[in-house]
Amino acid sequence: MRDAFVRVLMRKAQENPRIVLLTGDLGFGVLKPFWETYPDQFINCGIAEQAMVSTAAGLARTGRTVLVYSIGNFPTLRCLEQIRNDCAYHDADVKIVCVGGGFVYGSLGMSHHATEDIAIMRALPGVTVYAPGDPWETEAVVPVMLSQPGTCYLRLGRGNEPHIHEGPIQWQQPKAIQLREGKDVCILSTGGILTEALQASVLLDRKGISTELLSFPCVKPLDEETLLQLFERFEHVFTLEEHTVVGGFGSAVAEVLSGTGLPCKLHRLGMPDIYSTIVGSQQYLRASYGLSAEGVYQQVLTSLGK
Amino acid sequence: MRKEAGDPILEYREGKTYTQWVHAAFDDTHTPIDTSDPRVLAWLIRRHGLEMTHLSRGSHIASIFSVAEIMAVLYARVLHVDPHRPDWPERDRLILSKGHAGAAVYASLAERGFFPVEALRYHYADGSHLSGHVSHRGVRGVEFSTGSLGHGLPVGCGLALGARMDHEDWYTYVVLGDGECDEGSVWESALQAGHFGLDHLIAVVDHNHMQSLDFCENTLKLEPFDQKWRDFGWHVLRVDGHDTDALEAAFHACKSHRGSPSIIIADTVKGKGVSFMENDILWHYRTPQGEEYEAARRELEAHRP
Repeated sequence: MRDAFVRVLMRKAQENPRIVLLTGDLGFGVLKPFWETYPDQFINCGIAEQAMVSTAAGLARTGRTVLVYSIGNFPTLRCLEQIRNDCAYHDADVKIVCVGGGFVYGSLGMSHHATEDIAIMRALPGVTVYAPGDPWETEAVVPVMLSQPGTCYLRLGRGNEPHIHEGPIQWQQPKAIQLREGKDVCILSTGGILTEALQASVLLDRKGISTELLSFPCVKPLDEETLLQLFERFEHVFTLEEHTVVGGFGSAVAEVLSGTGLPCKLHRLGMPDIYSTIVGSQQYLRASYGLSAEGVYQQVLTSLGK
Repeated sequence: MRKEAGDPILEYREGKTYTQWVHAAFDDTHTPIDTSDPRVLAWLIRRHGLEMTHLSRGSHIASIFSVAEIMAVLYARVLHVDPHRPDWPERDRLILSKGHAGAAVYASLAERGFFPVEALRYHYADGSHLSGHVSHRGVRGVEFSTGSLGHGLPVGCGLALGARMDHEDWYTYVVLGDGECDEGSVWESALQAGHFGLDHLIAVVDHNHMQSLDFCENTLKLEPFDQKWRDFGWHVLRVDGHDTDALEAAFHACKSHRGSPSIIIADTVKGKGVSFMENDILWHYRTPQGEEYEAARRELEAHRP
């Protein structure tokens, strides 16, 4: 996803010289092609995320689209008030880009686990929140984000993720993308954990549980139209995210379900409301919290009483 | 920009409108009000500051008083801004980073013609846009909203970077509080602006030597304050922040300086202009009411320029 992002950004930066990329001294080996090709559209702000985000707001007010790049919680939690006051309240054309959503930096410890970012960013009025599921979704989302006015948050995974979709996709904000049709249960996934969701749905199908799968590259605004149809069609809907179950994607879906009066049972799969005190690879930590394909499969079976 | 468009202009006090009441010291002697004179504008900022915090039972009168000459010199003599075109692309930008003194911005803008002076009576009022901390939403001429400290300088840094990338010649001015310089983001930005050599960024510190609970030096020591900024790569000037001529000269010196950002450390007195408020920490939050309001008004009116 990271590399797809840089690829699209380079193309867009060539078309539009008013695109500027700021980094908080991160992106070695990732952003290098950008700063070598567009040195006049690139600023390393140093390890100073608060000032970087305010600077981005100031730059945006000179008629620019400003991307702010960092990893984990640094471009969000470290400078949250700057995003709220300086960017969002001023409708600043600032795009916050996080590499390392979820457990990408799992071995580095809780400081680097981005597991509350969706909840926090989507709570800010005026901020659009994207979490594409694979490199193809990233390629589709980035141009949409760049043409979206105002402040946005883009939650990416890492480099070298598997391509889930078979090729480039056409995407209209905020549409959910259907990957599999099913009739028994439905899994809604956001972000890079889509790969686990896909494998889990294959396992469920093999078990005789016909599973529908959709990816939600956009968490705010949510594709409520599709959600309402799904709540009508399915008795059991599962949300999956590499994030705690507090306030994130699952909560956003629950907000849509509440008040519909529909009997649909919503099951939110994610990290419990804790900080991970153990470390490990992304795969290891996903499995530890029941979010691997097998874990999701088991959780679905348990929820269905099977 | 009254609270509601079409609101009638109401009597404010003793048969006068708000504007007539605040301008009485001039009007009663048939003296024209020349807001291009920074001494006149500074007096008006204080007079409005007193009235607005009295009316709203608001805080921060002492901060409004300490920054009065700085704002007055900027709006009367330094800033290239046009009340008829608040979004004029080549205008200078001003951010009041110590947003709690927002009444000083509102008063300056109103007196310089950005919106009717009468609107100032709606400071803090229910349904009004004139928030205690300065807001750009719904207030003509406000460049940027502040209120949380430590935001203005880095935003100014971004504006100055943008101007330089566009080869524009307009300047960005940021007014900081000294207590605000406790915030780490101020120093992040000091590093950045120094590193990038942003010579069209001019900061001013309203150095009234006090913050919310105590003197700055008793809270977190700032001295040697000048040297800190020099060490961060800034061009530093230190002036009497109530001397309008010295301030104006300092701004012009900063404008002609090249290669690094400039900062004017303006020594001021918190509560300046009303003897019993000066250098008394009480007046960071206390609101002028009753006899204290009357005494402050009398003292200001006795000393109008």
